[in-house]
Amino acid sequence: MGRYVARRLLQMIPVFFGTTLLIFLMVYSLPGDPVAGLFGDKGASPSTLAELRHKYGLDQHILKQYWDYITGIVLHFDFGTQFRNDRPVTEVLGDAFPVTIQLAALAFAFELVFGIGLGIIAGLRAGRLADNAILIFTLLIISIPVFVLGFIIKMVFAFQLGWIQPNVSNDQLLSEMIAPAIVLGGLSLAYVARLTRTSMAENLRADYMRTAVAKGLPKRRIIGVHLMRNSMIPVITFLGTDIGALMGGAVVTEGLFNVKGVGGLIYESITRREGSTLVGLVTVLVVVYLVTSLLIDLLYAVLDPRIRYA
Amino acid sequence: MPDVTKTADAAVVATPSVDAPAPQAKPEKPRSLWGDAWRDLRRNPYFIVSSVLIFFLLLIAAFPGMFTSASPTAGDLVKHYIGKPELSKIGSEGWLGYDIQGRSVYARLIYGTRASIIVGICVTAIVTVLGGIMGMIAGYFGGWVDALLSRITDIFFGIPFLLGAMVVLQAFTERTVMVVVFALAFLGWTQMARVMRGAVITVKQADYVHAAKALGAGTTRILFRHILPNAMAPVIVVATIALGGYISAEATLSYLGLGFAAPTVSWGLDISAGVQAIRTSQHILLYPSIMLSLTVLAFIMLGEAVRNALDPKLR
Repeated sequence: MGRYVARRLLQMIPVFFGTTLLIFLMVYSLPGDPVAGLFGDKGASPSTLAELRHKYGLDQHILKQYWDYITGIVLHFDFGTQFRNDRPVTEVLGDAFPVTIQLAALAFAFELVFGIGLGIIAGLRAGRLADNAILIFTLLIISIPVFVLGFIIKMVFAFQLGWIQPNVSNDQLLSEMIAPAIVLGGLSLAYVARLTRTSMAENLRADYMRTAVAKGLPKRRIIGVHLMRNSMIPVITFLGTDIGALMGGAVVTEGLFNVKGVGGLIYESITRREGSTLVGLVTVLVVVYLVTSLLIDLLYAVLDPRIRYA
Repeated sequence: MPDVTKTADAAVVATPSVDAPAPQAKPEKPRSLWGDAWRDLRRNPYFIVSSVLIFFLLLIAAFPGMFTSASPTAGDLVKHYIGKPELSKIGSEGWLGYDIQGRSVYARLIYGTRASIIVGICVTAIVTVLGGIMGMIAGYFGGWVDALLSRITDIFFGIPFLLGAMVVLQAFTERTVMVVVFALAFLGWTQMARVMRGAVITVKQADYVHAAKALGAGTTRILFRHILPNAMAPVIVVATIALGGYISAEATLSYLGLGFAAPTVSWGLDISAGVQAIRTSQHILLYPSIMLSLTVLAFIMLGEAVRNALDPKLR
């Protein structure tokens, strides 16, 4: 176990550097000049531009810039400076991440409860009416792009029924986050329900299920313990990779509902060519992704004792 | 042909080429995996519905002039915001109303199909070939080749898909179809590589691969004649479902203002324009959204049907 974790942590190192370098190169090979962009149409004298470039290290070779950036993160937890208002990127991220984590957690809880719930209902009644209804419902949800789903929810619940406010206010109350969380988690909910259903329907026919029934165990225990524990591995795999996706993929949802989180920041930094902010964001998301995938691999052994790590 | 070798041999005969679009085995070989799948498919209502939908979408994309005589770009400002479906005049210029600039919503729906379909098919083709080759090499050779290719895949997989596409697109001022395709394929291939790698690892231990090796077949021959046809099923399923996803991604990017730009007719652009009138003229937003969702639905349904037909466990 300890050796397995160590090996996985070692494997993470090249992936971490590779991904950050890739996004760094992508961002800094963009045409356009973030420094010149600060001055708008009027422009500034070349010496001012050169001085600013020097201040942010933009006049150095790209690999040197990457090296300085990454050592700054690793050694001093310094993510650089946002050009536009000279704020440290850590501070900008500190403002945005709590909001997004709140939204993502709500969406995650939503997909966990309803996704697994619907999946269990469908899986236990495979081939019957409830199963088919859930299959068609999830198929529809998967087909509707997130921004269309967002508009449908806005149109129906905000404009016609008036149950919710169309936009989240500046206080970012938890109750206002429900609608965006449903939109954000909708797609994953459908996937979770389908995965749970397939996995359960398959395992219903397994030998250990027959044994459990033959032993005379109560139905609750057969389904709740024997069947669930064995059926959850693919679902947990999906849920794990989804945590990172929920945090990074909220660009559209956050824009739709005016949530001031990571998604809006990503969009803004791409269009404004704020390289340092963008790379910082991606770095955090990559770390989240790497850590969750490791945790999930370790969870397998808890769910299925046959899996052992040498 | 003796009955024992049926599955492997028939599959090789049925789909010898890399880019066979759908599992269409010849009917005279009914006992192969693909033959069974095809018989299963023909009776699946999901398959029939999605095929009919996709047939019409391809037809619209290829010959938009057949469905409307109106121009998607000619606007008459007098008619702007007029909307209300007139079912009696179905197919006429104004039956779905007019948009902000007085252009026919119906004509724009019809002409917008092409962009979505082309992006979907091109991205899927590139991603399947590229990711497929990567996955095949990694899975077949194993060892340090696999370790290296898998880490490269991990690196690309670590960047969120939409975010990566946005960064790539931002680099181009003129965003043509090819640019959008490139941006989506740039990070999209990792999924295919992973699926292909897994499938190849399972297949390469099969007896017929060892037999081919013992008979002295070359690596290329083993890879393309023996392993590929038998490892392709999961890739085809994932590719079909992903095609719908790419169409959805293109629309999302266009909606965000990072995909196609104005003279191109695209559903994502129309939806983005319709947002301005969300409270007053909902038809501008509604019809492209329906069309987009229907297209994505058709491809996802097709993928599901193919999956059900190919996976014996789900039967």
